[in-house]
Amino acid sequence: MKLKLATLALGTALAAGPAMAELVFPSLSYRTGPYAANGIPFADGYADYLTLVNERDGGIGGEKINMIECETGYNTEKGVECYESTKSQGALVYQPLSTGITYQLIPKATADGIPIHSLGYGRTSAKNGKVFSHVFNYPANYWDGASIAVKHLLDENGGDLSSKTIALIYHNSAYGKEPIRTLEELSEKHNFDLTLLPVDHPGQEQKSQWLQIRREKPDYVLMWGWGVMNQVAIQEAANIRYPMDQFIGIWWSGSENDVKPAGKAADGYKALNFHAPGDDFAVYDALEEHVWSAGKGAGAGDQKGTVLYNRGLYAAMLAVEAARKAQEIHGTMQIDASMMRDGLEQLSMTEAKMEELGLKDFGPTFEASCENHGGSGKAAVNQWDAESGTWEVITDYIQSDQEVLDALIEEDSAAYAAENNIEQSCS
Amino acid sequence: MLYREAGDFKTSYEADGQTFPIRLDRRGYYAILVMALAVVPFVLNDYWVNAVFLPFLIYAIAALGLNILTGYCGQVSLGTGGFMAVGAYSVYKLMTAFPEISIAIHVVLAGLITALVGVLFGLPSLRIKGFYLAVATLAAQFFLVWLFNRVPWFYNYSASGQISAPERTLLGYRITGPETQAWAVYLFCLVFLVASAWIARNLTRGSVGRKWMAIRDMDIAAEIIGVNPLTAKLSAFAVSSFFVGISGALFFAVYLGAVEVGEAFGINKSFLVLFMIIIGGLGSIFGSFAGAAFMVLMPVFLKNVLVGGLGWPTDLAAHLEFMIVGALIILFLVLEPHGLAQLWRMTKEKLRLWPFPH
Repeated sequence: MKLKLATLALGTALAAGPAMAELVFPSLSYRTGPYAANGIPFADGYADYLTLVNERDGGIGGEKINMIECETGYNTEKGVECYESTKSQGALVYQPLSTGITYQLIPKATADGIPIHSLGYGRTSAKNGKVFSHVFNYPANYWDGASIAVKHLLDENGGDLSSKTIALIYHNSAYGKEPIRTLEELSEKHNFDLTLLPVDHPGQEQKSQWLQIRREKPDYVLMWGWGVMNQVAIQEAANIRYPMDQFIGIWWSGSENDVKPAGKAADGYKALNFHAPGDDFAVYDALEEHVWSAGKGAGAGDQKGTVLYNRGLYAAMLAVEAARKAQEIHGTMQIDASMMRDGLEQLSMTEAKMEELGLKDFGPTFEASCENHGGSGKAAVNQWDAESGTWEVITDYIQSDQEVLDALIEEDSAAYAAENNIEQSCS
Repeated sequence: MLYREAGDFKTSYEADGQTFPIRLDRRGYYAILVMALAVVPFVLNDYWVNAVFLPFLIYAIAALGLNILTGYCGQVSLGTGGFMAVGAYSVYKLMTAFPEISIAIHVVLAGLITALVGVLFGLPSLRIKGFYLAVATLAAQFFLVWLFNRVPWFYNYSASGQISAPERTLLGYRITGPETQAWAVYLFCLVFLVASAWIARNLTRGSVGRKWMAIRDMDIAAEIIGVNPLTAKLSAFAVSSFFVGISGALFFAVYLGAVEVGEAFGINKSFLVLFMIIIGGLGSIFGSFAGAAFMVLMPVFLKNVLVGGLGWPTDLAAHLEFMIVGALIILFLVLEPHGLAQLWRMTKEKLRLWPFPH
């Protein structure tokens, strides 16, 4: 009881906090736990970009950014604690980097009027802004990913995939199950056979799945994995000598962490990506000048230029641009969460804007709107070059098959709307 | 001096057999109850409910349940996570199938369904004991999680396999869904916890509980004096699973609102609840509360001190949290192998003699 009272007293003191005249960007990161290897670069990139904006520009429109980091360990219960502890401090947008936590927060944050930006993860049908007013998942979602992978295979096979077999090896969770619906639809449209191979959390045990792949010899393997599952899958594929260029991962299965453990054997592995890899961008010079050399970098500073670091950077950049847009729309520098939502909804990324930010050709261009919270749905295929240790971009941004996806998104979001009594509307 | 039996005369069997025979204990108990029911709801905010109280109340129910099975009846179970999942999925199916029926009834029904499943998985306990039984319940854990992941009927064929609680009300107040009020969900869970603890306490000091304890202490001797091991063990499984099912239902419907079976009800959950009762004290109602409080509050407390108070990096704090909680568990168990409940008992013994020990 004493302990409880002590916590009570301490917690109230901390949770109340001072009222801050800043732009609060919570970062629900995970630097510990089974997925830490992937959580760290993302969190570092996110933090470094926000530090850069503070240091170089003095914040957004003169308002300093206050990033509150909270450790979730990829655990939904801790995610709830983080959400509750940060929302009272004026959080503008949540980017939890976890499909589970995103699902959890969608109804809660919508009720609290705080937007969520799930960059290429979370609930796919949140693309329909008429139902999911506070959820954004641009620039691309899982169903786009599935469709883009199939399109890439169509390109490689002269537009014909009939009598081919595609296996999907996936994390047996909400995240991994996302593409199944789309792939089933696409397999009907393009006449390929689909084999589903679930892998249970955390994914260290995949022997039986790869034995099945070895026996059935599917023409292509797609992967929806995260964390240690990716490394194990690529290692197992190497062990059974599965041709790496027929093995394609989603953007969450395409980081350096995933391919490096398999060494040379991973050469030729492909993964989708909705932004560019590497550090050949003007923004890196600015980061060097204002953040790293000033000793203000986040984490150990060893993640620069990795795929997931860039993704964190990209997430932060979109959040900052949305805040700028919100300031512009509402004519005030002191924006709140509902203004931030408007900023996210009217965000448009053009080539000129990205060049101005020092991120020329970093990501696809898109324009968000109330009907479309999901961006343009474009991603490129990257291929791992084990010799040089870099990801090579081997295609242009490929547009997903909107014809198939729009119907699916309409159906899924309508089901959600009916379940939760949401009136579809664009205000 | 203050804490003593002397002068507290009992004139009836009821008074003599009551749960708190010492006046100060009794008053303390009522004071806490009044505090929890009538004061806390007014000072709550979202953070306190969602980060501290709801997990504490819900895990306390689960710990009570497991304590009946493991602490009182001596049957080691590693299937708590699986049984919580049964509760969660039952309440989900009931909520979506019969939206007009009250959520409170659904939670109780979910407990009953879990009790049935518990009895089913308790059947092997008639033949196997100790560690072997632990392995058999471990099978239940994995089987149930696999089942809820595999069969789409359980999650109403949703594309992601997640279940999410629709909005339900009780007496016009929202209990589930995103727009609940802190005090409403707190009171809802508190009522379930108080009722569970009351039932558990009275069961364990009655004939049923004595049979469980006889089985725990020596099953052959118990059988010889006329305790039927079949009914004793299966009733322990049923009652235990009933509470665990209720906690699973509340965990999903009230606390998280959306769960994914592998993440929320995995083997970690089974271990967490087992640690709670080991640290709290096996075979003790108070121990279930103390263990749940320790395991839920300690990480939140440390996080607030290390990150919020001292401003340390979050990853360092998270790692330290593991180390501190782990070290405290070892320390507590070395100092008092029978858990926090035994510490409390010893304190009370000493208090009775204070200030004139022999």
